[in-house]
Amino acid sequence: MAILVDKNTVVVVQGITGREGSFHTRLMLDYGTRIAAGVTPGKGGSEVHGVKVYDSVAEALEEHPEINTSILFVPARLAPDAAYEAIDAGLKLVVIITEGIPVHETLKLVDYAKKKGTVIVGPNCPGVITPGESKVGIMPGHVFTRGPVGIVSRSGTLTYEVANALTKEGIGQSTVIGIGGDPIVGLNFTEAMELYERDPETKALILLGEIGGDMEERAARMIIEGKFTKPVVAFIAGRTAPPGKRMGHAGAIIMMGEGGYESKVRALEKAGVHVARMPFEIPSLVSKVL
Amino acid sequence: MKLYEFEAKSVLRSYGVEVPAGVVVEKGEDVRAKLLGSGLEPPLVAKSQVLVAGRGKAGGIRLANSVEEAVDIVYRLFDHPIKGLKPRYVLVEKAVSHAEELYAAVTLDRGNRRVAVLASLYGGVDIEEIAREKPGSIVRYSVDVSVGLRGYEARGIARRLGLPRGLQGGFASFLQALYRVFIDYDAELVESNPLTIVDGRFVALDARIIVDDNASYRHPELAVERVEGGETSIWESKARSLGLAFVELEGTVGVIGNGAGLTMTSMDLVYEHGGVPANFLDIGGGASSERVKRALLVLLEYPKARSVFINIFGGITRCDEVAKGVLEALREHRGAPKPIFVRLSGTREEEGRSMLREAGIKVYDNPIDAVRDAIEAAGGV
Repeated sequence: MAILVDKNTVVVVQGITGREGSFHTRLMLDYGTRIAAGVTPGKGGSEVHGVKVYDSVAEALEEHPEINTSILFVPARLAPDAAYEAIDAGLKLVVIITEGIPVHETLKLVDYAKKKGTVIVGPNCPGVITPGESKVGIMPGHVFTRGPVGIVSRSGTLTYEVANALTKEGIGQSTVIGIGGDPIVGLNFTEAMELYERDPETKALILLGEIGGDMEERAARMIIEGKFTKPVVAFIAGRTAPPGKRMGHAGAIIMMGEGGYESKVRALEKAGVHVARMPFEIPSLVSKVL
Repeated sequence: MKLYEFEAKSVLRSYGVEVPAGVVVEKGEDVRAKLLGSGLEPPLVAKSQVLVAGRGKAGGIRLANSVEEAVDIVYRLFDHPIKGLKPRYVLVEKAVSHAEELYAAVTLDRGNRRVAVLASLYGGVDIEEIAREKPGSIVRYSVDVSVGLRGYEARGIARRLGLPRGLQGGFASFLQALYRVFIDYDAELVESNPLTIVDGRFVALDARIIVDDNASYRHPELAVERVEGGETSIWESKARSLGLAFVELEGTVGVIGNGAGLTMTSMDLVYEHGGVPANFLDIGGGASSERVKRALLVLLEYPKARSVFINIFGGITRCDEVAKGVLEALREHRGAPKPIFVRLSGTREEEGRSMLREAGIKVYDNPIDAVRDAIEAAGGV
């Protein structure tokens, strides 16, 4: 078992002919991800790393009806259009790697996807990986190994660092999700936790949060309400970040009194979550709760 | 992107919101001619146009009882720095005598992935202070973006605030105008604080609009030159123009990381070991040697950083590319003017480390050791 992606995941890469799209298509293929098609309007009929390119998602689906997932490497100004196209084609999972999409576009997109029953991961995210089965994203596959720990994270590199440390300690991962660094994202902590709660393979969960927003507080509330029952270890980046400043991610900002470090840690600790002061402490905290 | 108060007010006015009559004076203009030409009658209020909070307390808002006094005040405001920066514009308005000061804002509701409307009868101080002092006074309302803020919802907010029936309709229209501005301008925040009531009408005494940077290409009309003094430093603008995410901080240890989360964690690590970071600099994921070079060159010149801590976990980013960038920066700068400590782990770490070691640069596997040495080199704890 795993969540969101597994060996039955069949992918269409939107924006496959671009630099990033083509590069990561190669890496995903190398990892073993099943990529059935690519889409770039106007480039239909060509091939990228042996993957056929179509002009539209609908055409790709006609030829490859087994496609159920899309990953987007489309530039920010065109990415919302591409995402709506994937949703309207009936795909159940759309992973948006693109950074820089206007937040009002994401608001409308996420609302629409919800009504249509499509899960959006991202934007501005590294994607999703179920080690050994499927990688729909840009993360370095080799730092992940399969095992009982789920990771859901607002930060890419920090996720790789933590997964690598876990792997070195012999602790594998079930599914790892990078939900993205924008102020508004599709799948959030609590929705990911609902999926992990139902996944029998996941025995413990690591939450990698950061300053900004109230997603960590909401996760804590879910645990207190008894809706997530597995042990949780957390780390929050940005303990020393000044208020009012955007720390790299568009969403990592303490604004209007919301998003501070202390509030998140207090809420999580109240819910019985083990909060690591530094990410290097995570493997030992996880091995205690497993 | 933050708009100046006078820009925000002109936007609100075009959406039917009443704002005090006023005139904008730019530095170098003939202030007396401008004020006399405006026909504004005293009492007047002169407001320094800066993009930092706490302007009132810093002496940036002054009352004048005659045009002559206002002229004098405006000249003085141009020479009066607010948090280190002198304004380029001063807004002079007719002073509005008022009793009530209310608060109203439209912003992102991140948790619900909707839009939030906030209102309180106790404005004049910032929302954090209202939340602390009178938490029960803030009405929060979450709006469905596909529907928008409807009249009955806006009137409901007015009712919940406890406004008398005769004022509810006017306040609802005020909120709906803020909401329309929020949507049309791709805003992250549209705020009026304070707003007041004059003869039963709502008047925005102050206004603030922050436009989403990712959407600024859709608003070319706002592309005036902005001096974001105090909040965006010269170094921040410089790094930003090179495509780097940089935040200036108060300490002495320069920090470079790859990825926002890891870079923030690197800052936290500096504090954890008794140092204070001089900056936040994120080179992003998958950085090329060129990008690493640019980032390091900024920190080599940045005077606050007395040492540099580079914390890289190579996933997509390759450690040998990072090493190459470090070496290129040093070559271009003709040596290191300050000590550099590099933690390199992940993809091609062995190649990267040996490249740096051969050049005599300190390389680490463990970030804690690197950070300790960087703090010591910056002058200790």
